[in-house]
Amino acid sequence: MVEEESVRVVRCGGSELNFRRAVFSADSKYIFCVSGDFVKVYSTATEECVHILQGHRNLVTGIQLNPNNHLQLYSCSFDGTIKLWDYIDGILIKTFIVGHKLHAFFAHAHAEDSVFVIIKKEKPDAFQLVSVKLPKSTSQEIEAEELSLVLDYINQSPKCIAFGNEGEYVAAVRDFYLSVYFFKKKKTSRFTLSSSRNRKHAKNNFTCVACHPKEDCIATGHEDGKIRLWRNFDDDKKYTYTCLHWHHDMVMDLAFSVTGTSLLSGGRESVLVEWRDAAEKNKEFLPRLGATIEHISVSPAGDLFCTSHSDNKIIVIHRNLEASAVIQGLVKDSSILTGLMIDPRTKALVLNGKPGHLQFYSLQSDKQLYNLDIVQQEYINDYGLIQIELTKAAFGCHGNWLATVEQRQEKKTELELQMKLWTYSKKTQGFILNTKVNMPHEDHITALCFCNAENSENPTLVTASRDGHFKVWILTDDSDIYKKAVGWTCDFVGSYHKYQATNCCFSEDGSLLAVSFEEIVTIWDSETWELKCTFCQRAGNIRHLCFGRLTCSKYLLGATENGILCCWNLLSCALEWSAKLNIRVMEPDPNSENVAAVSKSSVGSDLFVFKPSEPRPLYIQKNICREEVQWGVFVPRDVPESFTSEAYQWLNRSQFYFLTKSQSLLTFSTKSPEEKLTPTSKQLLAEESLPTTPFYFILGKHRQQQDEKSNETLENELVQLPLTENIPAISELLHTPAHVLPSASFLCSMFVSSLLLSKETKSAEEIPDDIDMEEEKESHSSGEENDFTEKVEDINNADLGEDIVQQLSKSEEKELRKFRKIDYSWITAL
Amino acid sequence: MGEFKVHRVRFFNYVPSGIRCVAYNNQSNRLAVSRTDGTVEIYNLSANYFQEKFFPGHESRATEALCWAKGQRLFSAGLNGEIIEYDLQALNIKYSMDAFGGPIWSMAASPTGSQLLVGCEDGSVKLFQIIPDKIQFERNFDRQKSRVLSLSWHPSGTHIAAGSIDYISVFDVKSGSTIHKMLVDRQYMGVSKRKCIIWGVAFLSDGTVVSVDSAGKVQFWDSATGTLMKSHLIANADVQSIAVSDQEDSIVVGTAEGTVFHFQLVSVTSNSSEKQWVRTKPFQHHTHDVRTVAHSPTALISGGTDTHLVIRPLMEKVEVKNYDAALRKITFPHRRLISCSKKKQLLLFQFSHHLDLWRLGSTVATGKHGDTLPLSKDADHLLHLKTKGPENIICSCISPCGSWIAYSTASRFFLCRLHYENDNISLQRISKMPAFLRSAVQILFSEDSTKLFVASNQGSLHVIRLLEGSFKHLHTFQAQSGTVESMCLLAVSPDGSWLAASGTSAGVHVYSLKRLKLHCTVPAYNFPVTAMAIAPNTNNLVIAHSDQQVFEYSIPDKQYTEWSRTVQKQGFHHLWLQRDTPITHISFHPKRPMHILLHDAYMFCIIDKSLPLPNDKTLLYNPLPPTNESDVIRRRTAHAFKISKIYKPLLFMDLLDERTLVAVERPLDDIIAQLPPPIKKKKFGT
Repeated sequence: MVEEESVRVVRCGGSELNFRRAVFSADSKYIFCVSGDFVKVYSTATEECVHILQGHRNLVTGIQLNPNNHLQLYSCSFDGTIKLWDYIDGILIKTFIVGHKLHAFFAHAHAEDSVFVIIKKEKPDAFQLVSVKLPKSTSQEIEAEELSLVLDYINQSPKCIAFGNEGEYVAAVRDFYLSVYFFKKKKTSRFTLSSSRNRKHAKNNFTCVACHPKEDCIATGHEDGKIRLWRNFDDDKKYTYTCLHWHHDMVMDLAFSVTGTSLLSGGRESVLVEWRDAAEKNKEFLPRLGATIEHISVSPAGDLFCTSHSDNKIIVIHRNLEASAVIQGLVKDSSILTGLMIDPRTKALVLNGKPGHLQFYSLQSDKQLYNLDIVQQEYINDYGLIQIELTKAAFGCHGNWLATVEQRQEKKTELELQMKLWTYSKKTQGFILNTKVNMPHEDHITALCFCNAENSENPTLVTASRDGHFKVWILTDDSDIYKKAVGWTCDFVGSYHKYQATNCCFSEDGSLLAVSFEEIVTIWDSETWELKCTFCQRAGNIRHLCFGRLTCSKYLLGATENGILCCWNLLSCALEWSAKLNIRVMEPDPNSENVAAVSKSSVGSDLFVFKPSEPRPLYIQKNICREEVQWGVFVPRDVPESFTSEAYQWLNRSQFYFLTKSQSLLTFSTKSPEEKLTPTSKQLLAEESLPTTPFYFILGKHRQQQDEKSNETLENELVQLPLTENIPAISELLHTPAHVLPSASFLCSMFVSSLLLSKETKSAEEIPDDIDMEEEKESHSSGEENDFTEKVEDINNADLGEDIVQQLSKSEEKELRKFRKIDYSWITAL
Repeated sequence: MGEFKVHRVRFFNYVPSGIRCVAYNNQSNRLAVSRTDGTVEIYNLSANYFQEKFFPGHESRATEALCWAKGQRLFSAGLNGEIIEYDLQALNIKYSMDAFGGPIWSMAASPTGSQLLVGCEDGSVKLFQIIPDKIQFERNFDRQKSRVLSLSWHPSGTHIAAGSIDYISVFDVKSGSTIHKMLVDRQYMGVSKRKCIIWGVAFLSDGTVVSVDSAGKVQFWDSATGTLMKSHLIANADVQSIAVSDQEDSIVVGTAEGTVFHFQLVSVTSNSSEKQWVRTKPFQHHTHDVRTVAHSPTALISGGTDTHLVIRPLMEKVEVKNYDAALRKITFPHRRLISCSKKKQLLLFQFSHHLDLWRLGSTVATGKHGDTLPLSKDADHLLHLKTKGPENIICSCISPCGSWIAYSTASRFFLCRLHYENDNISLQRISKMPAFLRSAVQILFSEDSTKLFVASNQGSLHVIRLLEGSFKHLHTFQAQSGTVESMCLLAVSPDGSWLAASGTSAGVHVYSLKRLKLHCTVPAYNFPVTAMAIAPNTNNLVIAHSDQQVFEYSIPDKQYTEWSRTVQKQGFHHLWLQRDTPITHISFHPKRPMHILLHDAYMFCIIDKSLPLPNDKTLLYNPLPPTNESDVIRRRTAHAFKISKIYKPLLFMDLLDERTLVAVERPLDDIIAQLPPPIKKKKFGT
């Protein structure tokens, strides 16, 4: 396995959950949402991700339940395929190859074996709604090429298309008109709103459309916040509409409830509005949803709504307008100013989240852990308003301290600046504001760093600013007669010839501080705050500055704006080497000497990994992505990998994550695609994450106690019979649907042998292996790969042969997994 | 066009009264409008919404209900407890009859138009039979507990719905007994209001009763079971009026917030016959309470406290896009309220109960085009003449010499002599008016102020010679045989030899004052005359009609002039015909015989007969050409119509002398400022 490894760039979580409307399952137990190339299945009760449906090779652009079988889900993607899934087991049932790039998907029960997709014509900005006939065939991959045009020149967004009255008509909106196509009459009616440039009608354009489920009524949302309810639209002359106006900004999405008695609307106000009986006066609100509502969907059972928000969040809402669950992905709403950081405690990725917040995002579970409100002011959601921005943040002292800087600049001369220092409270398990410094500097703060030396007795923070100063802040005793307290005060102010301070950095042991003043790097003694020496290369302003680590701690690295990377030896106070490299990101690995640098070239970004001691890079990967890389960070691994290959050794201790300009979070992975199977653990999770019923409380608990008791008794008897639940083979057997299982005779021997007690207790070697494997699994589930390829069965077979002999349970697992693979062809052959 | 010094008068603080009721008559396509001061106006919707007739108001006659009955008969009822029938020919009240039920709040004519139903303060609903020339009390219906505020007949005439306070009752007409009592919820969004007043009901032929109430609801009731079917909460304030179209597919309601809502009967799905009432469009053309609405086949008509009459056409019902398809807002009466004494530079303003006499200011300064000149002497309020009695003034006039004022109410004619002694003014009432001079529809003085012409409401025209402090009746031109139609407009030639008079429908009659007999009759035209005047020297009669046509008729030749024929042949510019206010005044320039000066509420125009007429391609409203432009271009673009839109709304404009104009404006904002404050509505973003 090790020999086959190759490092590839993979997308790792954090993809947009709010790209399309989420879809509920028929029983409202699950909610589906598109997430990059995958479809994620969440439980509405527990907010857990139950399945990830992977198979598309490009962005998934539409999902909908199969109207003829509510246990199946259709999805379409930019890769030109429509896939049909069994979402309960997470199995791909069929793939229909259409060939065009598919932008949206619609299906309804009354169009037999036809579905509707939006495709793009040759002309730019001209999209078509076409119906695709899905041929009936037993094979797994079917070409569906029978396309027929329904509506031309439509908006690409699926929000602008709606099917009404059991598929009798389809309504599409674009710009200033609404077109309705009647399938029976094969006639299109078009209604145009006045689009004159005057103030009153300038924002009349349509933004979204929804059709009443029972009546001939179309609701359209508009940019000026109006909702129009159209009726009589089968008559070109007698058509009429009603206006509902509450939103002051664009209506982002509309949805009718299942019975059609109420209409839901949402927009930038972050308020879900329920219009009852389509009456202007009879409306209910669910306010303070946090961010712009982008999509609204309604469960087929009618008991739940859900809203997708611009901060990559899905809120599941009860019929009585109470939010019941929140599925929060990586917030990508705002621009990332703080960069990527790792919280030393939780190992979570920390970056800008919602406006004025810092988000803690778990890379392992692709889930937001929590939000820290830094600005602590009501966010007013209005276009053109200058907000307080969180610009800098840094962790110090093993995560005990957090420093943040926020700024707001309305005019050039009016800068509002605030630095906050937060302490970690063990009691509340969160950060508490300790010190607030108003205007710590006269001008923008350009850098912020803690002294993270192991033995430093006093926490120290350095801020560098464009006003030409750097300030050293230390923690001092702030106790008074009322309480014991500590606070931060300024200890030292340094400057160098009135140059702007651009970067600052502490050496690993904390003895030296490097501050760059435009083109010059100054080295200060952190004990006495004396200027020790200066380096100047005259190669442009210093953009990045960092000390080497471990064996390379005598080196200082600096990257300049003119594309020069310099390495100075601090002992000789001389330039050790320099290289021409236009560096955008430079990140030292905290666990090794390695430094990763990402440079920008004309075609994309290149990665270089090197040790400061030698100018020759350890590893080069050209063109890691097409866009500019904005930020990068090394995330220490919990369990080190053991790459033998020289080139990948830098990935042993830490993993490198980076964020591109379009805010996709990428990383390097060596996992081969076949390892990225849906892990069984996750499937079991599906079962576990189901809500506990009252029945469970009566019987289940009781049973658990019994189990425990029996466990105890068993231990006493020193005969350790494995519980059936704990043997993977058995649970696998029990959880695999019966119709895909091979014949019982085939399974029997394996099943029996699994029940046998092995002679020796678990071997010492096995334990780390297991952990390893689990670890792997975990990272597969989180590390969603960009270019997932179909599984190669041969390899699996080869692996299997060896494994059966050694590890029974593990091999069985694989065996079963293989059967599962086989069963597709096996069924279709019937 | 020439340059003029313009007196821009803005001190005529006229406020029209609020509209209380409107009633639409489908057969004649006429609209009766009653105002809060008791005035009733008749608009002819076919004649470009011209206000044809009006009945002066009366202080004690607050109209609460207005309806048309069979044979174009108009009835009104009010808080004085009387039912009044109007004589639409003679423009006076035919009779009034006490209903003996206290103040009358509502009235409805039966679908056949032969019966009249009134709802009274004491809770009684009374049925009257309409017989020729009279109405006759027939019987009382079951007495209700409180006043009956609204009434509606079932289209078959068998049942009626009556809205009272807190409930609606349904009566059987035959027995006169209550079948159902439908209680209306007092609750308003959880807040209990004191009482829920049913401001209006409408009975539809399928048995549905639609009610509007003070809680802001429009409710649909099933009259067979007496149950509520659907409720629409549309306003935070009262919904005050309701009207249903004849096809019963559309309902219009007006609210106290000034919004008019339209409800339409819409099929639920395209392939089912099930229909439902849906609130469709709101119209916000009013600032104050919409007290009344009406539904014509093609338009929604609404009126209220803000004194505008709004006619909003329904686009889906309008066949061709002519001026019927445009929104109309009628604010000012289509008759002159101002007369002017050119010699003394006096303006006489007519209000409902008093007259104001003002002397115009003067200036010695000169300036460039467009300059505002400073006044050396301010305008002077000379006289405030109050009428006695409750009746409104019908018409008034000041003589050109400024020494006579004549005015009339519905029952009395007044003539006053003014004496000027330096800055003092004294008024002498001429008493002992003759019996035949009881009420005038129109008054006019001759140019030399020696004769007074009075059009009485019996259709006769009186000529009176004015002497120093007394008068002498000269002649009476009797109405044409068989007609009693009053003459609404008078015009006298400046040389005093011709008198033209026009009624509401018949043509214009020209009388010779020298021979005291009818000289000729101008050929009849389909549309009523809105203004006319006789030109000096040529004695050409210029007539403006409500369809915006202008004719010139030569009185000596008894035929249309050559210019008028050319105009008719070529036709007017389409924009000229699309103007929506009638021409209310025509005058002439003493030195430029080719010029005709005329104005409506939004423009002032000089027609230069010597210039070519504009065709549809030329610009009608050309701005004043800049002076530095070459003469060639100016001549090429010049056409007969010189239009100025600087002054609006323009109530009166006349030539004082060769170089001076007087323009009386009444800005709408000033009117709104004098109205009671509207219901305060939260406006987003304020």
